[in-house]
Amino acid sequence: MIEVHNLVKHYGSVKAVDDISLTVDKGEILGFLGPNAAGKTTTMRIITGYMPASAGTVKVAGFDVFEQGLEVKKRIGYLPENPPLYPDMRVRDYLKFTARIKGVHPKTINAEVDRVAARLSVIEVMDNHISKLSKGYKQRVGFAQALLNNPPVLILDEPTNGLDPRQIIEVREIIKSLGSDHTVILSTHILPEVSMTCNRVAIINEGKLVKIDTPDNLTMQLQGSESIILQIEGPVTEIESALSQHNSVTAVAVQPNSKDNIATYKVEAAIGSDIRKELAALVVNRGWGLLELKSETLSLEDIFLRLTTKEEEVN
Amino acid sequence: MGNLFQIYKRDLKGYFSSPIAYVVIGLFLIVTGIFFYLLLSSFLQYSYAMMMQRQNIPVNVNLMMIRPFFLNMSVIVLFVIPMITMRSFSEEKKSGTMELLLTSPLTNWQIILGKYLATFTLYFVMVMVTFLFMVFLFIWGKPGLGPILISYLGILLMGLVLIAVGNFISSLTENQIVAAVGTFGATMLLWVIGFAGDFAGKVFGELFKYLSIVNHFEDFSKGVFDTSHLVYYLSLTFIMLFFTYQSIESSKWRS
Repeated sequence: MIEVHNLVKHYGSVKAVDDISLTVDKGEILGFLGPNAAGKTTTMRIITGYMPASAGTVKVAGFDVFEQGLEVKKRIGYLPENPPLYPDMRVRDYLKFTARIKGVHPKTINAEVDRVAARLSVIEVMDNHISKLSKGYKQRVGFAQALLNNPPVLILDEPTNGLDPRQIIEVREIIKSLGSDHTVILSTHILPEVSMTCNRVAIINEGKLVKIDTPDNLTMQLQGSESIILQIEGPVTEIESALSQHNSVTAVAVQPNSKDNIATYKVEAAIGSDIRKELAALVVNRGWGLLELKSETLSLEDIFLRLTTKEEEVN
Repeated sequence: MGNLFQIYKRDLKGYFSSPIAYVVIGLFLIVTGIFFYLLLSSFLQYSYAMMMQRQNIPVNVNLMMIRPFFLNMSVIVLFVIPMITMRSFSEEKKSGTMELLLTSPLTNWQIILGKYLATFTLYFVMVMVTFLFMVFLFIWGKPGLGPILISYLGILLMGLVLIAVGNFISSLTENQIVAAVGTFGATMLLWVIGFAGDFAGKVFGELFKYLSIVNHFEDFSKGVFDTSHLVYYLSLTFIMLFFTYQSIESSKWRS
Protein backbone atom coordinates (compact mmCIF):
# COMPACT_ATOMS: atom_id res chain seq x y z
CA MET A 1 0.00 0.00 0.00
CA ILE A 2 2.81 2.40 0.90
CA GLU A 3 6.22 2.03 -0.71
CA VAL A 4 9.07 4.26 0.34
CA HIS A 5 12.33 3.95 -1.59
CA ASN A 6 15.63 5.54 -0.56
CA LEU A 7 13.97 8.62 0.83
CA VAL A 8 16.29 11.56 1.55
CA LYS A 9 15.38 15.01 2.81
CA HIS A 10 17.78 17.88 3.40
CA TYR A 11 17.01 21.04 5.33
CA GLY A 12 19.85 23.18 4.13
CA SER A 13 22.93 21.26 5.19
CA VAL A 14 21.04 19.13 7.73
CA LYS A 15 19.97 15.67 6.63
CA ALA A 16 16.62 15.14 8.30
CA VAL A 17 15.85 11.87 6.53
CA ASP A 18 18.71 9.70 5.35
CA ASP A 19 17.97 6.90 2.90
CA ILE A 20 14.84 5.38 4.42
CA SER A 21 13.17 2.51 2.56
CA LEU A 22 10.15 0.63 3.80
CA THR A 23 6.89 -0.85 2.64
CA VAL A 24 3.62 -1.06 4.49
CA ASP A 25 1.05 -3.65 3.42
CA LYS A 26 -2.67 -3.18 3.34
CA GLY A 27 -4.28 -3.51 6.75
CA GLU A 28 -1.01 -3.12 8.58
CA ILE A 29 -0.29 -0.72 11.44
CA LEU A 30 3.29 0.50 11.35
CA GLY A 31 4.69 2.48 14.26
CA PHE A 32 7.47 5.02 13.84
CA LEU A 33 9.46 5.05 17.00
CA GLY A 34 12.26 7.44 17.69
CA PRO A 35 13.47 10.31 19.83
CA ASN A 36 12.37 13.84 19.03
CA ALA A 37 13.85 15.32 15.83
CA ALA A 38 14.64 11.83 14.52
CA GLY A 39 12.89 12.46 11.20
CA LYS A 40 9.54 10.83 11.92
CA THR A 41 7.44 13.90 11.16
CA THR A 42 9.45 14.73 8.06
CA THR A 43 9.00 11.22 6.68
CA MET A 44 5.26 11.39 7.31
CA ARG A 45 4.96 14.82 5.72
CA ILE A 46 6.67 13.54 2.61
CA ILE A 47 4.32 10.55 2.41
CA THR A 48 1.30 12.85 2.67
CA GLY A 49 2.62 15.06 -0.12
CA TYR A 50 2.91 18.07 2.16
CA MET A 51 6.53 18.50 1.22
CA PRO A 52 8.63 17.00 -1.57
CA ALA A 53 11.61 14.76 -0.90
CA SER A 54 15.16 15.72 -1.83
CA ALA A 55 15.64 12.26 -3.32
CA GLY A 56 13.86 8.93 -3.43
CA THR A 57 10.29 7.99 -4.25
CA VAL A 58 7.12 7.38 -2.31
CA LYS A 59 4.16 5.49 -3.72
CA VAL A 60 0.79 5.27 -2.06
CA ALA A 61 -1.73 2.82 -3.52
CA GLY A 62 0.40 2.74 -6.66
CA PHE A 63 0.44 6.52 -7.17
CA ASP A 64 3.65 8.51 -6.97
CA VAL A 65 3.35 11.20 -4.32
CA PHE A 66 5.30 13.74 -6.32
CA GLU A 67 3.85 13.06 -9.77
CA GLN A 68 0.24 12.30 -8.85
CA GLY A 69 -0.08 14.22 -5.58
CA LEU A 70 -3.80 14.85 -5.93
CA GLU A 71 -4.59 11.14 -6.32
CA VAL A 72 -2.49 10.33 -3.26
CA LYS A 73 -4.08 13.10 -1.18
CA LYS A 74 -7.53 11.69 -1.97
CA ARG A 75 -6.47 8.43 -0.34
CA ILE A 76 -4.74 9.71 2.78
CA GLY A 77 -6.16 10.91 6.06
CA TYR A 78 -3.55 12.89 7.94
CA LEU A 79 -3.40 14.02 11.53
CA PRO A 80 -0.40 16.35 11.92
CA GLU A 81 1.49 16.79 15.18
CA ASN A 82 -0.56 19.88 16.00
CA PRO A 83 -4.19 19.25 15.02
CA PRO A 84 -4.97 21.61 12.12
CA LEU A 85 -8.01 23.43 13.50
CA TYR A 86 -9.65 26.77 12.81
CA PRO A 87 -10.22 28.23 16.28
CA ASP A 88 -13.05 30.52 15.18
CA MET A 89 -15.17 27.70 13.77
CA ARG A 90 -17.61 25.38 15.51
CA VAL A 91 -16.65 21.71 15.50
CA ARG A 92 -19.54 20.74 13.21
CA ASP A 93 -18.78 23.50 10.70
CA TYR A 94 -15.11 22.58 10.76
CA LEU A 95 -15.80 18.91 10.07
CA LYS A 96 -18.25 19.82 7.32
CA PHE A 97 -15.70 22.11 5.71
CA THR A 98 -12.98 19.45 5.78
CA ALA A 99 -15.45 16.86 4.47
CA ARG A 100 -16.23 19.13 1.51
CA ILE A 101 -12.62 19.80 0.58
CA LYS A 102 -11.89 16.09 0.87
CA GLY A 103 -14.56 15.47 -1.72
CA VAL A 104 -17.24 13.79 0.38
CA HIS A 105 -20.44 13.67 -1.66
CA PRO A 106 -22.65 16.64 -0.66
CA LYS A 107 -25.60 14.38 0.12
CA THR A 108 -23.67 12.23 2.58
CA ILE A 109 -21.74 14.99 4.37
CA ASN A 110 -23.96 15.11 7.45
CA ALA A 111 -23.91 11.36 7.87
CA GLU A 112 -20.15 11.22 7.36
CA VAL A 113 -19.53 14.00 9.89
CA ASP A 114 -21.74 12.24 12.43
CA ARG A 115 -19.94 8.96 11.79
CA VAL A 116 -16.46 10.29 12.55
CA ALA A 117 -17.73 12.37 15.46
CA ALA A 118 -19.28 9.28 17.02
CA ARG A 119 -16.13 7.28 16.44
CA LEU A 120 -13.97 9.81 18.28
CA SER A 121 -16.74 10.61 20.80
CA VAL A 122 -16.80 14.34 20.16
CA ILE A 123 -20.57 14.49 19.61
CA GLU A 124 -21.15 16.42 22.82
CA VAL A 125 -18.96 19.34 21.66
CA MET A 126 -20.22 19.55 18.07
CA ASP A 127 -21.70 23.03 18.54
CA ASN A 128 -18.81 24.47 20.57
CA HIS A 129 -16.22 26.80 19.18
CA ILE A 130 -12.92 25.00 18.66
CA SER A 131 -11.02 27.73 20.54
CA LYS A 132 -12.98 26.80 23.69
CA LEU A 133 -12.15 23.07 23.57
CA SER A 134 -9.71 21.31 25.87
CA LYS A 135 -6.49 19.89 24.47
CA GLY A 136 -7.91 16.36 24.47
CA TYR A 137 -10.98 17.37 22.50
CA LYS A 138 -8.89 19.35 20.03
CA GLN A 139 -6.72 16.33 19.43
CA ARG A 140 -9.77 14.13 18.86
CA VAL A 141 -11.44 16.62 16.51
CA GLY A 142 -8.19 16.65 14.55
CA PHE A 143 -8.27 12.85 14.47
CA ALA A 144 -11.92 12.84 13.39
CA GLN A 145 -10.96 15.10 10.48
CA ALA A 146 -8.42 12.51 9.31
CA LEU A 147 -11.11 9.82 9.14
CA LEU A 148 -13.45 11.84 6.89
CA ASN A 149 -14.17 10.25 3.53
CA ASN A 150 -12.87 6.95 4.93
CA PRO A 151 -9.38 7.08 3.37
CA PRO A 152 -7.59 3.73 2.92
CA VAL A 153 -4.35 5.16 4.34
CA LEU A 154 -4.02 6.98 7.65
CA ILE A 155 -0.95 8.91 8.73
CA LEU A 156 -1.11 9.83 12.41
CA ASP A 157 1.61 11.97 13.93
CA GLU A 158 1.57 11.33 17.67
CA PRO A 159 -2.16 10.62 17.85
CA THR A 160 -2.29 10.26 21.64
CA ASN A 161 -0.48 13.52 22.26
CA GLY A 162 -2.19 15.63 24.92
CA LEU A 163 -4.79 13.08 25.93
CA ASP A 164 -5.47 11.87 29.45
CA PRO A 165 -4.80 8.19 30.26
CA ARG A 166 -8.39 7.09 29.70
CA GLN A 167 -8.59 8.87 26.35
CA ILE A 168 -5.23 7.39 25.36
CA ILE A 169 -6.66 3.91 25.85
CA GLU A 170 -9.75 4.84 23.81
CA VAL A 171 -7.69 6.24 20.96
CA ARG A 172 -5.45 3.16 20.93
CA GLU A 173 -8.53 0.98 20.68
CA ILE A 174 -9.73 3.09 17.76
CA ILE A 175 -6.39 2.77 16.01
CA LYS A 176 -6.36 -1.00 16.51
CA SER A 177 -9.87 -1.31 15.12
CA LEU A 178 -8.88 0.83 12.12
CA GLY A 179 -6.11 -1.60 11.28
CA SER A 180 -8.53 -4.14 9.84
CA ASP A 181 -9.52 -2.12 6.78
CA HIS A 182 -7.01 0.75 6.78
CA THR A 183 -3.28 1.01 6.40
CA VAL A 184 -1.95 3.04 9.27
CA ILE A 185 1.37 4.71 9.99
CA LEU A 186 1.64 6.32 13.38
CA SER A 187 4.52 7.94 15.16
CA THR A 188 5.17 8.09 18.83
CA HIS A 189 7.89 8.32 21.37
CA ILE A 190 5.84 6.44 23.94
CA LEU A 191 7.26 2.94 23.80
CA PRO A 192 4.47 0.78 25.21
CA GLU A 193 2.17 2.39 22.67
CA VAL A 194 3.81 0.70 19.70
CA SER A 195 3.88 -2.73 21.28
CA MET A 196 0.21 -2.33 22.10
CA THR A 197 -1.09 -0.99 18.79
CA CYS A 198 1.32 -1.81 15.99
CA ASN A 199 1.95 -4.90 13.88
CA ARG A 200 5.41 -3.64 13.03
CA VAL A 201 7.79 -1.09 14.45
CA ALA A 202 10.25 1.07 12.57
CA ILE A 203 12.86 2.55 14.82
CA ILE A 204 14.19 5.78 13.39
CA ASN A 205 17.14 7.69 14.74
CA GLU A 206 19.00 10.66 13.28
CA GLY A 207 17.12 10.28 10.02
CA LYS A 208 18.10 6.64 9.55
CA LEU A 209 15.94 3.56 9.73
CA VAL A 210 17.65 1.58 12.47
CA LYS A 211 15.41 -1.46 12.55
CA ILE A 212 12.04 -2.53 11.26
CA ASP A 213 10.30 -5.65 12.57
CA THR A 214 7.43 -6.91 14.67
CA PRO A 215 7.62 -5.95 18.34
CA ASP A 216 8.10 -9.63 19.36
CA ASN A 217 10.87 -10.27 16.86
CA LEU A 218 12.70 -7.16 17.93
CA THR A 219 12.69 -8.39 21.48
CA MET A 220 13.86 -11.86 20.42
CA GLN A 221 16.69 -10.71 18.20
CA LEU A 222 18.12 -8.35 20.68
CA GLN A 223 18.48 -10.84 23.47
CA GLY A 224 21.98 -12.22 23.11
CA SER A 225 21.36 -14.44 26.13
CA GLU A 226 18.65 -15.19 28.58
CA SER A 227 19.07 -14.03 32.08
CA ILE A 228 17.45 -15.43 35.16
CA ILE A 229 17.29 -13.68 38.45
CA LEU A 230 17.28 -15.70 41.66
CA GLN A 231 17.10 -14.69 45.26
CA ILE A 232 18.47 -17.39 47.50
CA GLU A 233 19.03 -17.74 51.19
CA GLY A 234 22.24 -19.64 51.97
CA PRO A 235 26.07 -19.47 51.84
CA VAL A 236 26.98 -17.07 49.06
CA THR A 237 30.23 -18.49 47.71
CA GLU A 238 28.93 -22.06 47.73
CA ILE A 239 25.80 -21.09 45.86
CA GLU A 240 27.76 -19.08 43.35
CA SER A 241 30.05 -21.96 42.46
CA ALA A 242 27.16 -24.42 42.34
CA LEU A 243 25.25 -22.19 39.92
CA SER A 244 28.21 -21.56 37.65
CA GLN A 245 28.96 -25.30 37.41
CA HIS A 246 25.72 -25.82 35.49
CA ASN A 247 26.32 -26.64 31.81
CA SER A 248 24.37 -23.85 30.19
CA VAL A 249 25.33 -21.07 32.54
CA THR A 250 27.77 -18.57 31.11
CA ALA A 251 28.04 -16.06 33.95
CA VAL A 252 26.81 -15.45 37.45
CA ALA A 253 26.67 -12.06 39.11
CA VAL A 254 26.09 -11.77 42.83
CA GLN A 255 24.50 -8.88 44.60
CA PRO A 256 24.41 -9.36 48.38
CA ASN A 257 21.38 -8.07 50.23
CA SER A 258 21.36 -6.26 53.54
CA LYS A 259 20.51 -9.46 55.39
CA ASP A 260 23.80 -11.37 55.42
CA ASN A 261 22.51 -14.74 54.30
CA ILE A 262 20.37 -13.60 51.38
CA ALA A 263 21.74 -12.58 47.99
CA THR A 264 20.44 -11.91 44.49
CA TYR A 265 22.09 -13.87 41.69
CA LYS A 266 21.86 -12.90 38.05
CA VAL A 267 22.51 -15.98 35.94
CA GLU A 268 23.24 -15.60 32.23
CA ALA A 269 22.45 -18.68 30.18
CA ALA A 270 22.93 -19.60 26.53
CA ILE A 271 20.08 -18.51 24.32
CA GLY A 272 17.18 -20.89 23.92
CA SER A 273 18.01 -22.92 26.98
CA ASP A 274 15.32 -22.69 29.59
CA ILE A 275 17.10 -23.81 32.73
CA ARG A 276 14.73 -22.30 35.29
CA LYS A 277 13.44 -25.73 36.37
CA GLU A 278 16.93 -27.19 36.73
CA LEU A 279 18.17 -24.25 38.70
CA ALA A 280 15.20 -24.43 41.04
CA ALA A 281 15.78 -28.15 41.61
CA LEU A 282 19.50 -27.56 42.23
CA VAL A 283 18.86 -24.94 44.87
CA VAL A 284 16.13 -26.85 46.63
CA ASN A 285 18.09 -30.16 46.65
CA ARG A 286 20.99 -28.48 48.39
CA GLY A 287 18.63 -27.29 51.11
CA TRP A 288 18.97 -23.56 50.35
CA GLY A 289 15.98 -21.28 50.51
CA LEU A 290 14.74 -20.24 47.07
CA LEU A 291 12.99 -16.95 47.67
CA GLU A 292 12.54 -15.73 44.13
CA LEU A 293 13.11 -16.86 40.55
CA LYS A 294 12.27 -14.97 37.40
CA SER A 295 13.49 -14.74 33.86
CA GLU A 296 14.31 -11.29 32.66
CA THR A 297 13.10 -10.14 29.25
CA LEU A 298 14.15 -6.96 27.55
CA SER A 299 11.39 -4.42 27.45
CA LEU A 300 10.89 -2.46 24.26
CA GLU A 301 12.31 0.43 26.17
CA ASP A 302 15.62 -1.38 26.62
CA ILE A 303 15.69 -2.28 22.95
CA PHE A 304 14.96 1.26 21.95
CA LEU A 305 17.73 2.59 24.13
CA ARG A 306 20.18 -0.01 22.85
CA LEU A 307 19.33 0.70 19.24
CA THR A 308 19.44 4.43 19.47
CA THR A 309 22.40 4.80 21.78
CA LYS A 310 24.62 1.85 20.99
CA GLU A 311 23.89 1.05 17.40
CA GLU A 312 27.35 -0.31 16.62
CA GLU A 313 27.15 -2.96 19.28
CA VAL A 314 23.77 -4.17 18.16
CA ASN A 315 24.41 -4.47 14.45
CA MET B 1 -14.35 25.05 -8.92
CA GLY B 2 -16.30 23.48 -6.07
CA ASN B 3 -13.18 23.34 -3.93
CA LEU B 4 -12.31 26.96 -4.71
CA PHE B 5 -15.80 27.94 -3.57
CA GLN B 6 -15.38 25.99 -0.29
CA ILE B 7 -12.18 27.88 0.53
CA TYR B 8 -13.86 31.14 -0.49
CA LYS B 9 -16.87 30.48 1.71
CA ARG B 10 -14.83 29.52 4.75
CA ASP B 11 -12.58 32.57 4.52
CA LEU B 12 -15.49 34.93 4.01
CA LYS B 13 -17.30 33.46 7.02
CA GLY B 14 -14.04 33.80 8.94
CA TYR B 15 -14.02 37.54 8.24
CA PHE B 16 -17.59 38.06 9.32
CA SER B 17 -17.61 35.70 12.30
CA SER B 18 -14.70 37.59 13.84
CA PRO B 19 -14.69 41.33 14.61
CA ILE B 20 -12.26 42.04 11.75
CA ALA B 21 -14.81 42.73 9.02
CA TYR B 22 -16.93 44.99 11.21
CA VAL B 23 -14.00 46.92 12.64
CA VAL B 24 -12.43 47.51 9.24
CA ILE B 25 -15.69 48.45 7.51
CA GLY B 26 -16.64 50.71 10.42
CA LEU B 27 -13.27 52.40 10.44
CA PHE B 28 -13.37 52.89 6.70
CA LEU B 29 -16.85 54.41 6.83
CA ILE B 30 -15.89 56.80 9.65
CA VAL B 31 -12.82 58.09 7.82
CA THR B 32 -14.48 58.38 4.41
CA GLY B 33 -17.55 59.87 6.13
CA ILE B 34 -15.45 62.62 7.69
CA PHE B 35 -13.94 63.47 4.32
CA PHE B 36 -17.36 63.39 2.72
CA TYR B 37 -18.72 65.78 5.35
CA LEU B 38 -15.81 68.21 4.99
CA LEU B 39 -16.00 68.22 1.21
CA LEU B 40 -19.76 68.63 1.27
CA SER B 41 -19.71 71.55 3.67
CA SER B 42 -17.04 73.41 1.74
CA PHE B 43 -18.96 72.71 -1.45
CA LEU B 44 -22.13 74.11 0.10
CA GLN B 45 -20.32 77.23 1.30
CA TYR B 46 -18.96 77.77 -2.18
CA SER B 47 -22.30 77.31 -3.90
CA TYR B 48 -23.94 79.60 -1.31
CA ALA B 49 -21.33 82.26 -2.05
CA MET B 50 -21.96 81.88 -5.77
CA MET B 51 -25.66 82.28 -5.16
CA MET B 52 -25.09 85.47 -3.13
CA GLN B 53 -23.09 86.94 -5.99
CA ARG B 54 -26.11 86.23 -8.18
CA GLN B 55 -24.05 84.42 -10.75
CA ASN B 56 -26.06 81.92 -12.68
CA ILE B 57 -23.24 79.57 -13.53
CA PRO B 58 -24.28 76.18 -12.08
CA VAL B 59 -21.65 74.63 -9.79
CA ASN B 60 -20.49 71.15 -10.79
CA VAL B 61 -20.91 68.66 -7.94
CA ASN B 62 -19.00 65.94 -9.80
CA LEU B 63 -15.97 68.13 -10.29
CA MET B 64 -15.91 69.90 -6.96
CA MET B 65 -17.15 67.30 -4.57
CA ILE B 66 -17.20 63.75 -5.93
CA ARG B 67 -13.81 63.73 -7.62
CA PRO B 68 -11.85 64.89 -4.54
CA PHE B 69 -13.86 62.45 -2.46
CA PHE B 70 -12.74 59.50 -4.57
CA LEU B 71 -9.15 60.74 -4.66
CA ASN B 72 -9.24 60.75 -0.85
CA MET B 73 -10.79 57.31 -0.81
CA SER B 74 -8.05 55.94 -3.06
CA VAL B 75 -5.50 56.95 -0.42
CA ILE B 76 -7.54 55.71 2.56
CA VAL B 77 -7.77 52.34 0.84
CA LEU B 78 -3.97 52.08 0.98
CA PHE B 79 -4.16 52.15 4.78
CA VAL B 80 -7.04 49.70 5.08
CA ILE B 81 -5.81 46.94 2.75
CA PRO B 82 -3.06 45.64 5.10
CA MET B 83 -5.67 45.09 7.81
CA ILE B 84 -7.78 42.80 5.65
CA THR B 85 -4.99 40.87 3.93
CA MET B 86 -2.63 40.31 6.86
CA ARG B 87 -4.25 37.14 8.11
CA SER B 88 -5.10 35.37 4.87
CA PHE B 89 -2.09 33.02 4.74
CA SER B 90 -0.21 33.99 7.91
CA GLU B 91 -2.95 32.74 10.19
CA GLU B 92 -3.23 29.43 8.34
CA LYS B 93 0.50 28.93 8.62
CA LYS B 94 0.55 29.82 12.29
CA SER B 95 -2.34 27.58 13.32
CA GLY B 96 -1.14 24.67 11.17
CA THR B 97 -4.26 24.62 9.01
CA MET B 98 -2.09 25.28 5.98
CA GLU B 99 -0.93 21.69 6.51
CA LEU B 100 -4.57 20.58 6.29
CA LEU B 101 -5.17 22.51 3.07
CA LEU B 102 -1.95 21.34 1.45
CA THR B 103 -2.58 17.69 2.29
CA SER B 104 -6.19 17.80 1.12
CA PRO B 105 -6.97 17.07 -2.52
CA LEU B 106 -6.81 20.76 -3.47
CA THR B 107 -4.63 22.51 -6.01
CA ASN B 108 -2.59 25.55 -5.01
CA TRP B 109 -4.65 27.73 -7.32
CA GLN B 110 -7.89 26.68 -5.65
CA ILE B 111 -6.47 27.74 -2.29
CA ILE B 112 -4.95 31.00 -3.55
CA LEU B 113 -7.91 32.15 -5.63
CA GLY B 114 -10.47 31.10 -3.02
CA LYS B 115 -8.72 33.19 -0.40
CA TYR B 116 -8.10 36.05 -2.80
CA LEU B 117 -11.72 36.29 -3.87
CA ALA B 118 -12.89 36.13 -0.23
CA THR B 119 -10.72 39.13 0.68
CA PHE B 120 -11.85 40.94 -2.43
CA THR B 121 -15.49 40.35 -1.52
CA LEU B 122 -14.93 41.94 1.88
CA TYR B 123 -13.26 44.88 0.13
CA PHE B 124 -16.10 45.13 -2.36
CA VAL B 125 -18.68 45.30 0.44
CA MET B 126 -16.60 47.86 2.31
CA VAL B 127 -16.26 50.15 -0.70
CA MET B 128 -19.80 49.83 -1.95
CA VAL B 129 -21.31 50.77 1.41
CA THR B 130 -20.05 54.30 0.72
CA PHE B 131 -22.53 54.47 -2.14
CA LEU B 132 -24.97 55.51 0.60
CA PHE B 133 -23.17 58.86 0.68
CA MET B 134 -23.83 59.25 -3.03
CA VAL B 135 -27.52 58.59 -2.48
CA PHE B 136 -27.73 61.81 -0.45
CA LEU B 137 -26.19 63.72 -3.35
CA PHE B 138 -28.78 62.26 -5.70
CA ILE B 139 -31.62 63.25 -3.39
CA TRP B 140 -30.64 66.92 -3.14
CA GLY B 141 -28.60 67.41 -6.28
CA LYS B 142 -28.06 66.24 -9.83
CA PRO B 143 -24.65 64.56 -10.00
CA GLY B 144 -23.71 62.55 -13.08
CA LEU B 145 -23.98 58.82 -12.44
CA GLY B 146 -21.42 57.74 -15.08
CA PRO B 147 -18.34 59.30 -13.47
CA ILE B 148 -19.39 57.95 -10.08
CA LEU B 149 -19.60 54.39 -11.42
CA ILE B 150 -16.27 54.70 -13.20
CA SER B 151 -14.68 56.02 -10.01
CA TYR B 152 -15.98 52.98 -8.16
CA LEU B 153 -14.61 50.75 -10.89
CA GLY B 154 -11.23 52.40 -10.42
CA ILE B 155 -11.32 51.92 -6.64
CA LEU B 156 -12.22 48.26 -7.09
CA LEU B 157 -9.43 47.71 -9.64
CA MET B 158 -6.97 49.31 -7.22
CA GLY B 159 -8.19 46.88 -4.58
CA LEU B 160 -7.67 44.00 -6.97
CA VAL B 161 -3.96 44.83 -7.16
CA LEU B 162 -3.44 45.75 -3.52
CA ILE B 163 -5.15 42.65 -2.19
CA ALA B 164 -2.97 40.51 -4.44
CA VAL B 165 0.08 42.32 -3.02
CA GLY B 166 -1.18 41.83 0.54
CA ASN B 167 -1.96 38.16 0.02
CA PHE B 168 1.49 37.60 -1.44
CA ILE B 169 3.21 39.24 1.53
CA SER B 170 0.98 37.31 3.93
CA SER B 171 2.07 34.07 2.26
CA LEU B 172 5.70 34.86 3.12
CA THR B 173 5.35 34.91 6.89
CA GLU B 174 3.40 33.28 9.67
CA ASN B 175 3.41 36.50 11.67
CA GLN B 176 0.36 38.67 11.00
CA ILE B 177 2.04 41.84 12.26
CA VAL B 178 4.95 41.35 9.89
CA ALA B 179 2.47 40.72 7.07
CA ALA B 180 0.52 43.90 7.90
CA VAL B 181 3.60 46.11 8.21
CA GLY B 182 5.12 44.63 5.05
CA THR B 183 1.93 45.18 3.08
CA PHE B 184 1.62 48.69 4.46
CA GLY B 185 5.18 49.42 3.32
CA ALA B 186 4.42 48.03 -0.12
CA THR B 187 1.21 50.03 -0.59
CA MET B 188 2.95 53.20 0.61
CA LEU B 189 5.77 52.56 -1.83
CA LEU B 190 3.29 52.13 -4.68
CA TRP B 191 1.83 55.49 -3.71
CA VAL B 192 4.89 57.67 -3.02
CA ILE B 193 6.83 56.32 -5.97
CA GLY B 194 4.69 58.67 -8.06
CA PHE B 195 6.01 61.71 -6.12
CA ALA B 196 9.54 60.54 -6.77
CA GLY B 197 8.68 60.57 -10.47
CA ASP B 198 8.84 64.38 -10.49
CA PHE B 199 12.49 64.42 -9.46
CA ALA B 200 13.95 61.28 -10.97
CA GLY B 201 14.86 62.49 -14.45
CA LYS B 202 13.17 61.69 -17.70
CA VAL B 203 13.35 57.93 -18.06
CA PHE B 204 13.02 56.89 -14.42
CA GLY B 205 10.53 59.66 -13.78
CA GLU B 206 8.20 58.21 -16.36
CA LEU B 207 8.73 54.71 -15.03
CA PHE B 208 8.04 55.72 -11.43
CA LYS B 209 4.93 57.61 -12.43
CA TYR B 210 3.76 54.60 -14.37
CA LEU B 211 4.24 52.33 -11.37
CA SER B 212 2.37 54.60 -8.98
CA ILE B 213 -0.95 53.01 -8.24
CA VAL B 214 -2.71 56.27 -7.37
CA ASN B 215 -1.62 58.01 -10.59
CA HIS B 216 -3.53 55.41 -12.56
CA PHE B 217 -6.59 56.14 -10.53
CA GLU B 218 -6.70 59.83 -11.47
CA ASP B 219 -8.30 59.22 -14.85
CA PHE B 220 -10.99 57.06 -13.24
CA SER B 221 -11.79 59.85 -10.76
CA LYS B 222 -12.34 62.17 -13.74
CA GLY B 223 -14.83 59.69 -15.10
CA VAL B 224 -12.48 58.59 -17.87
CA PHE B 225 -12.12 54.88 -18.56
CA ASP B 226 -8.80 54.17 -20.27
CA THR B 227 -7.88 50.55 -21.04
CA SER B 228 -4.18 51.27 -20.49
CA HIS B 229 -4.95 51.60 -16.76
CA LEU B 230 -6.92 48.40 -16.89
CA VAL B 231 -3.88 46.67 -18.35
CA TYR B 232 -1.71 48.09 -15.56
CA TYR B 233 -4.02 46.90 -12.78
CA LEU B 234 -4.72 43.48 -14.23
CA SER B 235 -1.13 42.65 -15.13
CA LEU B 236 0.12 43.69 -11.69
CA THR B 237 -2.60 41.50 -10.15
CA PHE B 238 -1.56 38.48 -12.22
CA ILE B 239 2.08 38.99 -11.34
CA MET B 240 1.26 39.12 -7.64
CA LEU B 241 -0.94 36.01 -7.81
CA PHE B 242 1.84 34.22 -9.64
CA PHE B 243 4.31 35.27 -6.91
CA THR B 244 1.90 33.94 -4.29
CA TYR B 245 1.80 30.59 -6.09
CA GLN B 246 5.60 30.48 -6.13
CA SER B 247 5.73 31.41 -2.46
CA ILE B 248 3.36 28.59 -1.49
CA GLU B 249 5.24 26.13 -3.66
CA SER B 250 8.66 27.12 -2.30
CA SER B 251 7.49 27.06 1.32
CA LYS B 252 6.80 23.36 0.76
CA TRP B 253 10.43 22.83 -0.13
CA ARG B 254 11.73 24.85 2.77
CA SER B 255 9.41 24.13 5.66
